[in-house]
Amino acid sequence: MSNVQTEERYDLSVVGWFSVAAVIYLVVGASVGVIAASELAWPALNFDLPYITFGRLRPLHTNTVIFAFGGCTLMGAAFYIVQRTCQTRLWSNKLAWFTFWGWNAIIVSAVITLPLGITQGKEYAELEWPIDIAIAVVWLSYFFNFVMTVVNRKTPHIYVANWFFMAMMVMITYLHVINSLVIPVGLFKSYSIFSGVQDAMVQWWYGHNAVGFFLTAGFLGIMYYFIPKQANRPIFSYRLSVLHFWALTFGYVWLGAHHLQYTALPDWTGSLAAAVSMAMIIPSWGGAVNGMMTLSGAWDKLRTDYVLRFLVVALAFYAMSTFEGPLMSVKSVNALSHYTDWTIGHVHSGALGWVVMVSVGAIYHMVTKLWKTEIYSTRLVNFHFWIHTIGIVIYICAMWVSGIMQGLMWRAYDEYGNLVYSFAESVAAMHPYYALRVVGGICVLLGAIVMLYNVIMTINKSKVKVAESSSQPATATA
Amino acid sequence: MTGHKANKKDSFQAKLEKNVVGLLIMIAIMVSVGGIVEIVPLFYLDNVIESEARNPDGSVKFPELEGIRPYSALELAGRDVFLREGCYTCHSQMIRPFRDEKERYGHFSLAAESKYDHPFQWGSKRTGPDLARVGGKYSNEWHVAHLMDPRSVVPESIMPRYPWLMEATIDGEGIVKRMNAMKRVGVPYTDEQISGGKEAVAGKTEMDATVAYLQVLGTMVKFKKGVDYRE
Ligand code: HEC
Ligand code: HEM
Ligand code: HEM
Repeated sequence: MSNVQTEERYDLSVVGWFSVAAVIYLVVGASVGVIAASELAWPALNFDLPYITFGRLRPLHTNTVIFAFGGCTLMGAAFYIVQRTCQTRLWSNKLAWFTFWGWNAIIVSAVITLPLGITQGKEYAELEWPIDIAIAVVWLSYFFNFVMTVVNRKTPHIYVANWFFMAMMVMITYLHVINSLVIPVGLFKSYSIFSGVQDAMVQWWYGHNAVGFFLTAGFLGIMYYFIPKQANRPIFSYRLSVLHFWALTFGYVWLGAHHLQYTALPDWTGSLAAAVSMAMIIPSWGGAVNGMMTLSGAWDKLRTDYVLRFLVVALAFYAMSTFEGPLMSVKSVNALSHYTDWTIGHVHSGALGWVVMVSVGAIYHMVTKLWKTEIYSTRLVNFHFWIHTIGIVIYICAMWVSGIMQGLMWRAYDEYGNLVYSFAESVAAMHPYYALRVVGGICVLLGAIVMLYNVIMTINKSKVKVAESSSQPATATA
Repeated sequence: MTGHKANKKDSFQAKLEKNVVGLLIMIAIMVSVGGIVEIVPLFYLDNVIESEARNPDGSVKFPELEGIRPYSALELAGRDVFLREGCYTCHSQMIRPFRDEKERYGHFSLAAESKYDHPFQWGSKRTGPDLARVGGKYSNEWHVAHLMDPRSVVPESIMPRYPWLMEATIDGEGIVKRMNAMKRVGVPYTDEQISGGKEAVAGKTEMDATVAYLQVLGTMVKFKKGVDYRE
């Protein structure tokens, strides 16, 4: 890839909008998370308003962080990366704007309907069928535009980051369509065509692969581009990326049933999922090592380069949660961890540690590139890094302690063979940890707000208006 | 920084990297295998749902599971409130086969017990206790008092208050539509049940419906001692 390429050959304006939207949604999603966390510590905080009771707020939280924040990051980054690595502009800039406005309209409708209690009642797939149809349309517009851009590429090979994006696009299309099959009762209500065990398996096939392909494969695409870019050296091992990629696309799909250990699902499915989950440590760690070793010989950059620091710590959290996950799939461990806050701790080490950190690194990088300027304040980025890291550590430690404690209290017997604790006692014992989580959450939220400020100030001080697809491409270098 | 070295001349991988359609097809194949192996058999194997299990002579293996019936109109309305309020974000409905869960919640849950649940409500988090067999555990009055203000009955509780359930009434036309939709996804409602739906919920509040739903949970099967329902 030549260095003389000029930005004006690319359609970057839409990338900029996606990036800024992502930061705004991070602030919103984290705020909702903090409120939800506070309600678990101090239940009076919902003020008896139906719209913000925990049961309605939690889906709002997961939808804003995963689909609004995560989605905008993935779409912006994918459009950025595909143009850079294929050395061609988007197949259709107009379609990219359709994706942008469509996706945001979906987010707005989610933010309105979820507090109203309009839901399909399936985790991470709560949105009702008209919104589901819109999601399918907008998602396919993104998919199609991306693939057509790859088709138009000026490079012979398709770069590894783009494989990961394509795997995500294929899988999410499958998942979304199948898990959303319903019979409507009206505009705002429908019933899943599946029931009981089958519905459970379909749902967790969806649920786990939303994690595996949306929150993992997509963000790995981001990692495979931005780490080499930021460190200014090629990816450590091409073979490892090939292995990482195919093992992930083949393996992740089997894991859904580890969410259903010891349930009424036939036993063999859970055992199979646990076995494949264990095996997934290898490609996951392979990928993490691949990213980290890309820095070998350039470790000193970590001391000065804040963006790189976000990206590398993200990989450390990726390695951690892909070790913890397989551990939790083991039946005897899952017997304790399932239903407890341990799961919540695992979720947020993956979400806050891996997903948010890698996104934040990528967004800081893109913002400076798009607006062709230095970041407004490096000190604030440093502050963000530390407050975010401290927030995560507080959050996940609190959840580990409360999760394991919950699990142990529920199964504790006294010497006469009676259960020691009532359920209510276990609820009371969680209070300090729930309060502590609020503190961790506030740290993360604070970091996100600082980031938003920093990004806005950077854009303000920049003199360039991010080039909308310029009509006269500068001399191409392809 | 294209990130690859010229590998052996034209390995399969190298070909894929130059061919978008080939790469997409390969991805589509790879991601399909696991799902097909794990999901499709659940629709065909006859030992998945216990109530469908047969003895060698063709008779029903567990006749007591024939007590499992579709929800009544009022119960269904209550279940819809349960979904709307997101009670499943705090309560599971799936008891696992452990000693402590048996003592706390009762017999482990069977697949047959949620065969009419569109969607399933097994949950993934126990911020509150499991509700799979909460039916009959408390009186209706207790449930009303608890839903109005959980902390008035259980001081440690962190469950939200649901006073608005007392005010909203169930829409009779709506419930008929919902039962019809349920029928279309395969729940065996009779025409009388559906046409009687409107009357069954007349004048009832969402509170009545929610309590009716909670009170039926886990009560449809009278388990026989010593019978092994799951190998
Ligand atoms: C914030 C999480 C939360 C939400 C949301 C929630 N609950 Fe609870 N629930 C709890 C907790 C904690 C307890 C245990 C303390 C108590 O009995 O209040 C509980 C207890 C219960 C019990 C008593 C169970 C028993 O065996 O003692 C019932 C019944 C119940 N909830 C029903 C509901 C219904 C119906 C909804 C939705 C309208 C709901 N809950 C929503 C947290 C929640
Ligand atoms: C300020 C930061 C955050 C706070 C305070 C927070 C808080 C919470 C709380 C209180 C819950 C409910 C837990 C429960 O049911 O017991 C939750 C669930 C969840 N959060 Fe967050 N969250 C934050 C950020 C994020 C981010 C950035 C992501 C994703 C990128 C995320 C993803 C999730 C998911 C997926 C769940 C559902 C977990 C499950 O079903 O097991 N959260 N969060
Ligand atoms: C190889 C990697 C991984 C494996 C094997 C794995 C395994 C698991 C297991 C066993 C559970 C608990 C299921 C239960 O008891 O209910 C779980 C929950 C979860 N994991 Fe992972 N995990 C992995 C990586 C990740 C990563 C990187 C993320 C990123 C965000 C993540 C997000 C989640 C979420 C959101 C849940 C909660 C689902 C729910 O109950 O709502 N996981 N995972």
